[in-house]
Amino acid sequence: MLPRDLQPEQFAAYPPQARQLAVAHIDLFRQLPISFLPSMLRQVIEYDDKFPAERQSIDAELGVLSRLSSSDLLQRFQAFANLSIPSKLENYDWVNHPAQFVEQQSAYLWSTHQLDNFRKAATEYGEQLQAALPPVQLPARRLGIAIVGQGVEASSTPLFRNLRPHGTFFNQVIPQNGLAQLFDAVTARAKSFPSPYAHWVVEGGALPATRAPGVTCVSYDGLEPVRSALLNFIQGQIQRPGMGPEELRTRLAELTPADLGISSTSDQVLSRFQVKVLTEGSGTQIFSTTFAQWTAREALRRAQALTLLVHFTPRQRQLPMNEMLSNAVPHPTLDPAGSLVDADMGAYYNWINQQRLPGAQDSAFIAWFEGHAQAVVIAPTLPRGVVSTSAMTLTQLVQLALA
Amino acid sequence: MRAESARRKRKIIVVTFGGGARDQETFAPQGQENIPNMMKELIPQSSFFTHVTNQGILGHYVATASLTTGTYETLNNFSAVPPDHPTVFEYFRKDLHRPPTDAWVVAPSNGFNRIGESNCSSYGQGLGAAVILPKHLLAAASSGSKANIDHLLRDNYENPLYTPQLSGNEFQLSQLERVLRLSVDDFTAHARTLSSPDELSLYIARRLMEQEAPGLLWITMHDIDIAHSGAYSLYMDGIRRTDRLCYELWQAVQQNPEYAGNTTMFILPDFGRDSDYDSGGNGFQHHRTGDIASRTTWMMALGVGIRPGMIYDDPIQSVDLVPSLGAILGFDAVQSSGKPIKELL
Repeated sequence: MLPRDLQPEQFAAYPPQARQLAVAHIDLFRQLPISFLPSMLRQVIEYDDKFPAERQSIDAELGVLSRLSSSDLLQRFQAFANLSIPSKLENYDWVNHPAQFVEQQSAYLWSTHQLDNFRKAATEYGEQLQAALPPVQLPARRLGIAIVGQGVEASSTPLFRNLRPHGTFFNQVIPQNGLAQLFDAVTARAKSFPSPYAHWVVEGGALPATRAPGVTCVSYDGLEPVRSALLNFIQGQIQRPGMGPEELRTRLAELTPADLGISSTSDQVLSRFQVKVLTEGSGTQIFSTTFAQWTAREALRRAQALTLLVHFTPRQRQLPMNEMLSNAVPHPTLDPAGSLVDADMGAYYNWINQQRLPGAQDSAFIAWFEGHAQAVVIAPTLPRGVVSTSAMTLTQLVQLALA
Repeated sequence: MRAESARRKRKIIVVTFGGGARDQETFAPQGQENIPNMMKELIPQSSFFTHVTNQGILGHYVATASLTTGTYETLNNFSAVPPDHPTVFEYFRKDLHRPPTDAWVVAPSNGFNRIGESNCSSYGQGLGAAVILPKHLLAAASSGSKANIDHLLRDNYENPLYTPQLSGNEFQLSQLERVLRLSVDDFTAHARTLSSPDELSLYIARRLMEQEAPGLLWITMHDIDIAHSGAYSLYMDGIRRTDRLCYELWQAVQQNPEYAGNTTMFILPDFGRDSDYDSGGNGFQHHRTGDIASRTTWMMALGVGIRPGMIYDDPIQSVDLVPSLGAILGFDAVQSSGKPIKELL
């Protein structure tokens, strides 16, 4: 089936809001090439479980496209239409399984050397879309915070080498009570600029017992029962005859929060987010540093967090993959030194991901070596690539970043 | 006559510096501290190619298969299937009338067991290389008692769940003693002294060189692919270890009378990894975007017939390696889509 043949009843299996959205835009969908439309439906079908920022993005994209004439649409999607898609994929149930279609399409594009053309078309489409969207007005400067190096007495290599050229490196930070000061800063921003899923704490260890109102919290330790359930599920699937990587990926994609033991009374949008972090993120199930970095990436990409604090804590030492996946070691040995290296790179990636969001030129970022005197602060008001020997508390660094 | 004799003695070793390493963690200025052995010891002896592109599918098995055939293969990366086009081992053995013992592959992952020979009807069965999968061998040798060796049995992080059924010309446990002159007990005892699968691969490769002295030896390293777990420190550890192992292999070449003065060695990653700045990826962790960083890498050539101290910036493709080996050794890689690298001739 091709997009031009779409009928409203084909969206019957979509969740209510997604179905309403799809049916409302069916005329647009009918004009889009099959090499593109399933990617869009992949977003639409999950509309009911999306963060507000994601919904706004989908609405805005559909709005831009709906305002184009048929000839403009034809021109805009010409590069996608030029891609060859086999009839086997055309006949696939891409309306109800768009994610699986996209995965198979990707494999096909790789094997037929069309991936570069697809990348080019997608990049150009994204640039045109961004240019057509109205500028986003943020209520405050976006702030990212990365705390690295818990449990490390001294770093054997210079820290923040990737971040330093973009900001000011402070080497006389007053570390006492620094962790609490940074958490307090997030709480204060959540109070000043309240908005659902706008302020996040991603914790590589355990969250404090008291939760700040208005702050979305996700922690590696807090998800331990979910991770265990997932690893058990994976172990069970591996044992099944004929199970291969594609089949396993499909099974993982179908998992719901309830399948992994998350209560139906919990926040379903956040629960689905957490399940996706664990089922789609490679290594998030076994390494707390990977979990923290990937969760932060997704919180920025999907929820467009206005405030994001990521606390990296030591991950388990490397073990054979089978052992890590089987979750057989209840109290694994930790690797603080290796985790510091992981977190240093993770902090850099957090900043890069933050810079992809609206307001990047005005955003601020702080990375701190926990318990130590080293931090880097990136802000539009601070010089780049310089060292400051001023003695500053973490609270003062936050004030400086937001000044 | 003398030239023909020299050609018969000529040895080729190819090492894939894998799986998947970026320039910025290796030969780019900021990465050179991670490869001290290659920088200090090997590069002065080498011709170094700074711009090697891989236009094919960026999965480790399919990309390594493409390297061996000199053609961008399109097989399923996660299937235990042979390449569609003749491998370098088949060209080497068929055109040069070399015996089965003269071409070997040492590969890290169970998925590589079909890489020794293609399913091409005019080449294929019986004309390829024997494939040793050291981890498979170790698992078989130590069946029932895996104490202290699990760290050597780590498999493919690209998809850690994938363990295909073995078939094809893979090395059998019974050949440990016959070919490598190693008892199962000695093999497992020595394995326990090693720290990673690639160290095990190097151990097997050295043993092969001592016992069989193959004319064509292909070693696929894989420790670096731990990057898929998202732990940057482990990725860096993998690069540093592979750097050391490459140097140790070259030292072994110099210490082996069959190889010293007769060997040309090529070291190249199968491909790179995603750029930090491509929003479709997650930096070093994967090689999924097909961006420039993931497609562009380097190659080092050293030994007999190689001009030392040369750096070449002109782009070449990874599929150019096999026709270049053909030009050096005297076979014709007729089905390769690459072309001989003139700087190697």
